Amino acid sequence: MDDLYREVIIEHYKNPSYRGKLDPHDIFFADNNPLCGDHIEITLQVGADGAVSDARFDGHGCAISQASADLLMEHIIGKPLEEVKQLNKQDVLDLLGIDLGPVRLKCALLSLKVLKAGVYGLGEAGDDLVE
Amino acid sequence: MAFEIRKIREDFPTLARQVRPGVPLVYLDSTATSHKPEAVLAAMDGYYRHSNANIHRGVHTLAEEATALYEQAREGIARFINAPAARQVIYTRNTTESINLVAYTWARANLKSGDVVIATEMEHHSNLVPWHMLAAERGVRLEFIPVTGDGLLDLEAYQKLLQLGPKLVTFTHMSNVLGTINPAREIIRLAHEAGAVTLVDGAQSVPHFPVDVQDLDVDFMAFSAHKMVGPTGIGVLYGKQALLEAMPPFLGGGDMIKTVHLHSFTPNTIPYKFEAGTPAIAEAVGFGAACEYLSGVGMDAIAAYEHAITEYALERLEEIPGLRLFGPSADKKGGVAAFTLDGIHPHDVAQILDQDGVAVRAGHHCAQPLHEKFSIPATSRASFYLYSTTEEVDRLVEGIYKVKKYFA
Ligand SMILES: Cc1ncc(COP(=O)(O)O)c(C=O)c1O
Repeated sequence: MDDLYREVIIEHYKNPSYRGKLDPHDIFFADNNPLCGDHIEITLQVGADGAVSDARFDGHGCAISQASADLLMEHIIGKPLEEVKQLNKQDVLDLLGIDLGPVRLKCALLSLKVLKAGVYGLGEAGDDLVE
Repeated sequence: MAFEIRKIREDFPTLARQVRPGVPLVYLDSTATSHKPEAVLAAMDGYYRHSNANIHRGVHTLAEEATALYEQAREGIARFINAPAARQVIYTRNTTESINLVAYTWARANLKSGDVVIATEMEHHSNLVPWHMLAAERGVRLEFIPVTGDGLLDLEAYQKLLQLGPKLVTFTHMSNVLGTINPAREIIRLAHEAGAVTLVDGAQSVPHFPVDVQDLDVDFMAFSAHKMVGPTGIGVLYGKQALLEAMPPFLGGGDMIKTVHLHSFTPNTIPYKFEAGTPAIAEAVGFGAACEYLSGVGMDAIAAYEHAITEYALERLEEIPGLRLFGPSADKKGGVAAFTLDGIHPHDVAQILDQDGVAVRAGHHCAQPLHEKFSIPATSRASFYLYSTTEEVDRLVEGIYKVKKYFA
């Protein structure tokens, strides 16, 4: 766990590949984790084939929340929106490669929550999206 | 009795455990909850093994024993805070419930729309939200004593607020984030001069230094057993007798009544008026044992020891580049060190420290408005108690350097 925290998470936190904003974009959503002040917003471009052609995240917060957002953007590019809708908690944990207690889990899942609320076109990002 | 840290640590079984094989625990989160000594565990275990019965009314031996233990604990707690009488010590679940008891009974019987309640900007949510709820329901007006940049209450601003003629002044005796020990006696004296009733959140003071409710002349005082080497699930509301007697009851049910008819009841005398239903009996017994344990060590000795640890900790932490400490200097605070590290989120700090067995808390510590005041979402917080050591502070400092290296 020690090494994983350093390598995967710190690397994506310090040198994210997908930080930024897409303009124009087809999908946008933003939300906070009020308990720790993490903030994530995502912008997606969707191709004529219904797949994510490009994706970016922006925001601030702990290493886990920001690294998981970067990993998630990398993961969904090229994937059909229908497949993105099926992503769940375990997928994010697999991307991070670590087990997390309930508090850090909220940090890790914020980006997925924001992503799914955007893809589903919801008004609000609920915890039921990431169960 | 001399303060022998090695002996004290032996009293607390959890302190000897390893977090993971080869990684001993460095517990720096006593502000959230303390560990429990053998004496408290044995008292509770002994109660269940030997005397277990429901209290009051029972005439059989076990019921009488259980009642006696429950009431002896109340007497012990009363002595611990120098309450004039044990009946002024009301058992609740915790500090939060004690404050809510005052908000639901005394405040709803005495406050009306437009009346002023003064609190402070450094309150724990448990001494904020009950007043928000009252404000929404009754139109009571909330005012706050500001916190200065170095983490002290602005007493000049307080004096001005008193001109509003508040009905209640409520404040934390010691901040669970800044560690600030507020000048309670002075705040209470001024409140009384302005005609206000006072409620002190003693969740962090009663565990850490001698608190004498008569010397403070406080009207209500709330605290929790679990932060003072006692069990979870039990706390106390202390109150002045005349106030408690004039208050309507809180929860209705068994034990809190004198007589019940189909269409009416008469409430019991204090403290029972406020203790409806079967209470946390074993926990009360544990609470009594906790007070006895702390008195045995000596609250003056505990306060002096914690002060030395805190001074040492602040000194070591101040040396770390990029570390910002919150709260006043060691002479004005208890054993709490809340800090941020440049560019590193407190959650990451806490998680990396945990890898080395160092337990600190990260977040807003149920004091979100205070963090907003300092424009930060969260802090990491290390806190100390009678069983903390300077070696543990050293482990914390080493851990923080390691965190910095990760993120360098
Ligand atoms: C200053 C202060 N007030 C109130 C509380 C609430 O205590 P409890 O959760 O036991 O009700 C705490 C505990 O975190 C505290 O530190």
